Amino acid sequence: MLSGSWAGSLLARASERSEDPLLAGRPLVHYPEKAGLILLTSRPPQLETPMRYFDRAITPNEAFFVRYHIFPIPTSVDLATWRLKVTGAVEHPLELSMDDLRGKFAPASVVAVNQCSGNGRGHFAPRVFGGQWSNGAMGNAEWTGVRMQDILKMAGLKAGAVEVTFNGLDEPAAPTVPDFVKSLGVERIMKDPDVLVAHKMNGEALPMLNGFPARLVVPGWYSTYWVKNLFEITVLERAFDGFWMKTAYRIPDTPCGCVEPGTQPARTVPINKMNVRSFIASPADGATVRAGRVTLLKGIAFDEGSGIRKVEVSTNGGHGWQPAELGRDLGRYSFREWSARWTPAKAGRYQLLVRAVSNRGESQATEPLWNPGGYLRNVIEHVEVRAV
Amino acid sequence: MMKRGIIWLIAVGLAASALAAGKKSIMLPPDNAMATLKDGPGVKVARANCVACHSTDYIVRQPPSSLEQWTAEVNKMRKVFGAPVNDADAKVIAAYLESAYGEPGKVAPAKRPSK
Repeated sequence: MLSGSWAGSLLARASERSEDPLLAGRPLVHYPEKAGLILLTSRPPQLETPMRYFDRAITPNEAFFVRYHIFPIPTSVDLATWRLKVTGAVEHPLELSMDDLRGKFAPASVVAVNQCSGNGRGHFAPRVFGGQWSNGAMGNAEWTGVRMQDILKMAGLKAGAVEVTFNGLDEPAAPTVPDFVKSLGVERIMKDPDVLVAHKMNGEALPMLNGFPARLVVPGWYSTYWVKNLFEITVLERAFDGFWMKTAYRIPDTPCGCVEPGTQPARTVPINKMNVRSFIASPADGATVRAGRVTLLKGIAFDEGSGIRKVEVSTNGGHGWQPAELGRDLGRYSFREWSARWTPAKAGRYQLLVRAVSNRGESQATEPLWNPGGYLRNVIEHVEVRAV
Repeated sequence: MMKRGIIWLIAVGLAASALAAGKKSIMLPPDNAMATLKDGPGVKVARANCVACHSTDYIVRQPPSSLEQWTAEVNKMRKVFGAPVNDADAKVIAAYLESAYGEPGKVAPAKRPSK
């Protein structure tokens, strides 16, 4: 099953130098259809994107991060036999082929950020159990497919329908392991034309590891809802209480979704909207720049879907801030590129920071928030560089 | 030579993909051979019980933790995910994890911007 010219041998060579101690010892690996990604775990796979890809709004498919919860994961799908089933509290249960998705529905697209709920968890202090990501568990792409609400309209919702569950082809290793199934409210889907069943990512079929042949796209919400390798959609007349909704992926029921470090929340709710974040992609952490010469700082910013109002950078550890220039607006759910020109006055070490404010007025803090699940990280980010 | 702070490129020979006439197939590489469990008392019990469901990097990438924290994690595997680990083995595994991946009573300092 080897395709093209890709044939590997076990080779080790230096590819990226990172100052992030969290990433020490994590190899850069080539998984199927993927460029070199940072290996967090093999089975089920979790692969993160090197930060250098975040100097531009669109993350190429081959660089997009990968995360699965259970194993086995699907490794072979034949469109001739794959069907997307829609059952439960509907008037007309459906079995849609890829040809049906492409031919029987109006096409829809959205450029949207897909970010793991635990992106940055490895940087929590005190640390917490879970996927020990650095900041590369995120990406932005143009997703193309069918509006979920159009699929529900074709199926015809029964009067008592309240929630919809989404099940992918990944399977539990044993019957006791909860299958990875997520749910959304019917009301949210029917009001939000941007919730898609996507079969294209940046104009191409989805990589297997990012959800071939189709995945759910839930713009503005963390990617736990973006179920991959979809095959089963079930409409329910009661709230879904599966493990991955009722027990996992819950955040403190507080305005910040946070609690005092090291404590437990009194009440929790399912994780939902993303908070505002911004990153410096260039220069890289640990890079060397030229004193007295202009260096272009670049990166991205994003939020839950109100869009980015402004980005500011500091080149002196946060004592002074100046505005960055915003790049082209690809839509309110997309990464927004930003850039700023900086001339280091003299040789030495500099700490560069970036912060964003969203259109709805949300901003970032100097101190990170904390919760026991390691979710919602959005502290002001920085890189350290040396001018010579 | 492995240097701290340098990420090495390892081309995994078994990773491949094929797409023909609407069928996509991939082959996944084997578990990360460099993420094996450290030697220590109880490592065999840990290996026997843990790798059926997930690779060892799920363990070795976790933050250094106390016996209480590792015990809770082992019990989560048993109670939530149904791992068939008896009480005696659970104790051995938690003790092993604390000895190999433990930092009892310490809290990792936050990486703060410069003063």
